[in-house]
Amino acid sequence: MSEPWEDDELDGPVRKFMYVNRRAPYGTIYALESLEVVLIAAAFEQDVSLVFMDDGVYQIKKGQNTEAIGVKNFSPTYRALEGYDVEKLYVEKESLESRGLTADDLVVPVQVVDRNQLAELMEEQEVILSF
Amino acid sequence: MKLSILVNEGPYQHQSADSAIQFTKAALAKGHEIFRVFFYHDGVNNGTRFAVPPQDDRNITEEWTKLAKENDLDLVICIAAAQRRGILDENEAKRQGKDGDNIAEGFRISGLGQLIEAGIQSDRLVIFGD
Repeated sequence: MSEPWEDDELDGPVRKFMYVNRRAPYGTIYALESLEVVLIAAAFEQDVSLVFMDDGVYQIKKGQNTEAIGVKNFSPTYRALEGYDVEKLYVEKESLESRGLTADDLVVPVQVVDRNQLAELMEEQEVILSF
Repeated sequence: MKLSILVNEGPYQHQSADSAIQFTKAALAKGHEIFRVFFYHDGVNNGTRFAVPPQDDRNITEEWTKLAKENDLDLVICIAAAQRRGILDENEAKRQGKDGDNIAEGFRISGLGQLIEAGIQSDRLVIFGD
């Protein structure tokens, strides 16, 4: 099912990519289009990690129902990430706590890290994309 | 240094579009290589030749076209984001059964893989967005 624009070359070194999701899932398109980047990027076999912080933690909250706003609920797609070998999911502890959430409220298993640990993880990255 | 640029916001609506072009000019003037400029989210709107800003204002799309011509820049518009927002080249217009295309000279439409490749191949990926 290859489209002409998907014939990208896979050469070059493996780099550490981090995708930082900071915004609520609906209201703007950033969260959805960020997820689209992550799914495409998976084909490049890079060292990928995802971060959810600030209102971005709502992107992976359980029990989303978007019927009333007429927008597609894309939260089930996050559960497919494992199948794409995207397994390093980090959630900022402070962002969860300030919103009254815990890891049990999320649709995917994540590693909860505090702000300082997250800063260290960011320090290790080569490419950081923030949405 | 080998740089790539990601533009995430539309022209005139947001400073990012201006900052990206100013940064690109400055980087070229300092002798840096620009591997690619990638347009995503509303950033794809930088690549329509149908925009007609007031004559006493800057024309961001024309600035990109000129800069690309002078420096052989690779200006890539994300196809998925472009389809949502109605940015089409001739091939896409044909493929989607649309009655015209609007992509500006010097831009091309391609996939998100081009962004990832830019991240892999460049020393720095510099992002302009909200």
